[in-house]
Amino acid sequence: MNRYFLTLFLAAATAVSGFAQANISPAPAQSKQTCILGAKLHLGNGSVIENGYLIFDKGKITAIGDATVVRLDFTKNEVIQANGKHVYPGFIAPVTNLGLAEFESVKASLDFSEIGNLNPHIRSIVAYNTDSKVPATLRSNGVLMAQVTPQGGTVSGSSSVVQLDAWNWEDAAIKKDDAMHLNWPVTPKIRPGFGNRGPALSPELLKERTQNSINELEQLFAEAKAYSETAKPAVTNARLAAMKNLFNGTQRLFIHVDEQKDILAAVNFAKKHQITPVVVGGDEAYLVTDFLKQNNVSVVVKQPHALPNATDDDVNMPYKNAAVLVNAGLNVVVSIDGYWQQRNLPFMAGTVAAWGLDPEKALQTITLNTAKVLGIDKRTGSLEMGKDATFFISSGDALDMRTNHVEKAFIQGRDINLDNLHKQLDKKFSDKYNAQKP
Amino acid sequence: MKKILLSLALVFSGTFLFAQQTYPVNGSYDIRQGMYAFTNANIVVNANQTISNGTLLIKGQTIQSVGSGTAIPKGYVVIDLKGKYIYPSLVDAFTSYGVTEASRQGAGGPRQSIFISTKKGAYGWNEAIRPETHVNTIFAIDTKKADDLRKAGFGSVNVINRDGISRGTSSAVTLSDERENSIILKPEASANYSFNKGTSQNDYPTSLMGSIALLRQTYYDAQWYGKQKEEYNISLEEFNKQQNLPQIFEADGWQNILRADKIAKEFGKQYIIKSTGDEYQRIDAVKATGASLIIPINFVKAYDVEDPADARAVTLTQMKGWEMAPTNPGVLEKAGIRFSLTAYGLDKPGDFWTNIRTAIDNGLSQKQALLAVTEVPAAMIGISDKVGTIEKGKLANFIITSDSLFKKNNLVLENWVQGKRFITYQKNEKDTVSKTAAKKEESKSNLSTGSLIYPFTAFGNASPLKQESVLLKNATVWTNEKEGILQNADVLLENGKIKSVGKNLSAGNAKVIDATGKHITPGLIDEHSHIAGTGGINEGAQSSSAEVRIADIINSEDVNIYRQLAGGVTTSQILHGSANPVGGQAQLIKLRWGKLPEELKFAGSDGFIKFALGENVKQSNFGTGARFPVTRMGVEQSFVDQFTRAKEYKAAMAAKGSTARRDLELDAIVEILDNKRFITCHSYVQSEINMLMNVADSLGFKINTFTHILEGYKVADKMKARGISASTFSDWWAYKMEVAEAIPYNGKIMHNVGITTAFNSDDAEMARRLNQEAGKAVLYGGVPEEDALKFVTLNPAKMLHIDNKVGSIKAGKDADVVIWSAHPLSIYAKAEKTFVDGISYWDISRDEQVRKEQNTERARLIKKMQDSKSKGGKTQRPVAESPRMYHCETVEDYSLELNESERTHTHE
Repeated sequence: MNRYFLTLFLAAATAVSGFAQANISPAPAQSKQTCILGAKLHLGNGSVIENGYLIFDKGKITAIGDATVVRLDFTKNEVIQANGKHVYPGFIAPVTNLGLAEFESVKASLDFSEIGNLNPHIRSIVAYNTDSKVPATLRSNGVLMAQVTPQGGTVSGSSSVVQLDAWNWEDAAIKKDDAMHLNWPVTPKIRPGFGNRGPALSPELLKERTQNSINELEQLFAEAKAYSETAKPAVTNARLAAMKNLFNGTQRLFIHVDEQKDILAAVNFAKKHQITPVVVGGDEAYLVTDFLKQNNVSVVVKQPHALPNATDDDVNMPYKNAAVLVNAGLNVVVSIDGYWQQRNLPFMAGTVAAWGLDPEKALQTITLNTAKVLGIDKRTGSLEMGKDATFFISSGDALDMRTNHVEKAFIQGRDINLDNLHKQLDKKFSDKYNAQKP
Repeated sequence: MKKILLSLALVFSGTFLFAQQTYPVNGSYDIRQGMYAFTNANIVVNANQTISNGTLLIKGQTIQSVGSGTAIPKGYVVIDLKGKYIYPSLVDAFTSYGVTEASRQGAGGPRQSIFISTKKGAYGWNEAIRPETHVNTIFAIDTKKADDLRKAGFGSVNVINRDGISRGTSSAVTLSDERENSIILKPEASANYSFNKGTSQNDYPTSLMGSIALLRQTYYDAQWYGKQKEEYNISLEEFNKQQNLPQIFEADGWQNILRADKIAKEFGKQYIIKSTGDEYQRIDAVKATGASLIIPINFVKAYDVEDPADARAVTLTQMKGWEMAPTNPGVLEKAGIRFSLTAYGLDKPGDFWTNIRTAIDNGLSQKQALLAVTEVPAAMIGISDKVGTIEKGKLANFIITSDSLFKKNNLVLENWVQGKRFITYQKNEKDTVSKTAAKKEESKSNLSTGSLIYPFTAFGNASPLKQESVLLKNATVWTNEKEGILQNADVLLENGKIKSVGKNLSAGNAKVIDATGKHITPGLIDEHSHIAGTGGINEGAQSSSAEVRIADIINSEDVNIYRQLAGGVTTSQILHGSANPVGGQAQLIKLRWGKLPEELKFAGSDGFIKFALGENVKQSNFGTGARFPVTRMGVEQSFVDQFTRAKEYKAAMAAKGSTARRDLELDAIVEILDNKRFITCHSYVQSEINMLMNVADSLGFKINTFTHILEGYKVADKMKARGISASTFSDWWAYKMEVAEAIPYNGKIMHNVGITTAFNSDDAEMARRLNQEAGKAVLYGGVPEEDALKFVTLNPAKMLHIDNKVGSIKAGKDADVVIWSAHPLSIYAKAEKTFVDGISYWDISRDEQVRKEQNTERARLIKKMQDSKSKGGKTQRPVAESPRMYHCETVEDYSLELNESERTHTHE
């Protein structure tokens, strides 16, 4: 152990942010260079520093390394002593309607699914509600960034990446319009009839409908490409214009697709338009790993806490899926459905670790791998010099609900308030019952 | 010979011996003698007796004699049948011949707020009970269908109006094309039933359990009706009149056979059950009902699986079902079950012979086949005095065939119905076709079939798993008893019970399992589950459905049972949904994978009933909003009304010489008042929770458990004061308005206040990891780990009143335990073995083996289906199925879905 630790003991302030504030305000900009000392640093790129230091200033990580082999000057630093604790890069929730929905059953609170089937011009960022009560409940489990994503139709529109401590959506945005989301047209599954009878619509008819939707897509992409190459279009078309960045490579194409045949069709479709897509969902991606690898396709795996895709499938397949894909050499991101559910994202990675993946690699699926897929890995996603100081300290393994305990979190160096609605209500009523005790 | 046949066919074109007396004739009468002698024939009198070189004499519509060496009196037309055969014509006990099959359209969705019958007149309240329907009043000859059926060899059939739960009477008719007046053999042949409400426009029932409850209530109503004078009710009157007829029940699948039979036994009936042909899957249980069966032979077509990706859409159940269905008639025969065969459900009656031969190739004897299409169906519908065999005095209903009936090249040449001749085979027309068809069949060779598995689905076992004596050695044992968590301890399981717990136990004869480094906990218990049910879990058409019972719809074949065993669950309370304030009766089950529905039930447990409050009950997010109640104010009055009526009912029933009408709905409420049935109430916000506690106080009943109870933390002191338990979610919120203030600290606060607190699933997926949900009680609020595990073991056991049997690891309790690979509250814990009653229904390493074998079996079946296709067998395109999952809010319509699928099927 570094002998400097002892001398610096007094400086080690672990101020806990005030409990149960009525207002949970976004934190001010970092004012002082800070050093976290003695913690196990999980870098998010697969590596670990057992007893590390992490220095950050003006919102960026300025130094990181093994605390046992360097000599540090702590006079300029505020120091956070974190021996025996864990530091993780802020977890990133991909493909979520966070901030676009408050109560699933209340229509007035829903802003993620627009009318229309082909909506490339729809942008999620402008509807992202920083005053939602939900993000604060995610932060306290370590989720600090999210890809806010529209849903519905065949082309749903553009997602944007945000950080979860902001006054308004402009503040929140890390990367606007990072990806266009396409729901690959598929033949719907039928529910088994009672008494083993046939489906309600003939398989032929269902298949024809699917093909019609694919044809429509083909036409949209062909026309959008042509439009993007037209200097002065005869007619301005917001839909086609919105697709321009897909063709010049500055916007990603996320294709939501699950079954093997559909995955092949979807990827080949994108390739035809010179686009390398990201597959989202990918229930059966494990059956076509070679193909995905050859085409350099990343997969955003649906939540591992899911039922198997088919009755006959391995009952634990959803738990194993991500590990199979990582071990096959793919870039894999782990996700979870919904918005309030995102606070369980860490445990999705934990599940992946439990079922066959090295824990640090599992961590990567909700940090650096995600950042890569969202195109923000140059500035965040791992604990590396020069990147955003977006990370948190947990007293235990953050991928396990038994030990996840976030004590402090920083977003771009700002020491954020970890209070939330739930903690406030807990306090309100616990206080009531404590007062009743004799 | 040939000439005679043809010329005779021409002669018989319009007139007949027994033309109705009452009908006028336009022109001169032309009544024939109708006397025929059939000579030199092989006459199959019945399944046991054949006369070779025999003579059959008929006069008019009646058989005069059958024998050999018979002298032929003068005046008979002689037909020489040398080398040919005479058989009794076939009888089908289940057809809809001659009535229009109406089916309800799906446009309005399951709930249209039609609460009582729309039929005008003094009929019963529910349109699905329509015993006033008499086929003899609506039957009309359908010449096209009659022709098809005659060509297949049928001579008489039972005509059923397949509409409704109580469907009224059927008629037995012949397939002659004379007037209806002369072909109805028995105007009231059978009384008919099903679980399908058919064209009824009433919302109720929406579910299978609702259909069952409605039929049971109808029996009670009919009993009451017979003894009262205040009400005139045509439906109940007709219902009573039909009770002495043969009772035919149309049920889908072997589980519904068991369900129908249970109703029959309750009311001292024995149904004849028309089923779907899957009885081979559980032949012993089917036999135990003692019911006679009417069995279709519309065997499923092979799935077109040339592309392996398509094969993924076909389940093992479907594949094995395709392979094994043709064995069904043979299996029924071996089991000694009385059954008839029906052409019902075949794409065309012409397929009847192809399929019956397939059944014979798969183990059905020819003798039994003949019985099943002649004498047995005739007896079932009470016309064996007229048809079914060739005997003096019976109707001249017989067929002439070119060969022995079941031979591949046999042709039905003529079909005589009531002494009237129908030429069913024109020689020059179809010869080539049938020969090629026969050839194809011959090339079908590979008859080796796979074995049965229990249940008949993926992960089923070929032979039952055995109860073992097992010593689990050297583990961390979470006892949930005062001993707490024992390190390096052993658990001995014997005869389905926990024999002892402690250190260094001696194994005796027990198999030793080294559990070093592992954790052992009691099996997990889910207070709120909707798996293993079928036909809908909500009967939400009325504000109270206390009469419906989940017990009636337990489905032992649900793969979620196995999936949840893999997550350490051993006991689940299967609850009615939350669509109405008073839901249905719950059923507690153990996850005994592979056992029968009845065997899944937790023996000797107390009865529970689901109540519900809030948005679902108010139908905030679905339905027309026309059913009472639509506010929390109305919800209160639903309960007040229900319990007030139940008290009056109880008093009325208890009165001396009571003639009060038995009411299944109020029976359940009276049980609550008598502390014989216990409430688990779906609940969200504090106002409504408070409300129900007040209603209970004022009307004198107890609330056992609040389930969901997401704002329990706001009224925990009030719950505690009344001794009410809480079963909640660990961290769900924001999914609707009433969970705006649901918090993950809820469990902790209630626990700290002293309430018996559990975490439940209400979800087939979440139930697979209830241990992790318990782990969240540690995350949110720091509940001590030992207490947290009790949230999913001992505490639910307590609130379900089964903590004397399960929920902790203690000598004498049921051997329901789980071996975990790691700390059981951790994300890293995997259930390695799950024991129920000392049987390891889940074993992570056996599972790997099972999957391997399953893949081999699937590969074999895929190959076989590909072979079948290449040999010209019919195929169907596979379509992936999305599994049916139930939650509290799942509202569907059992009958509508049946009708939908059936309609499509007919149009294929």
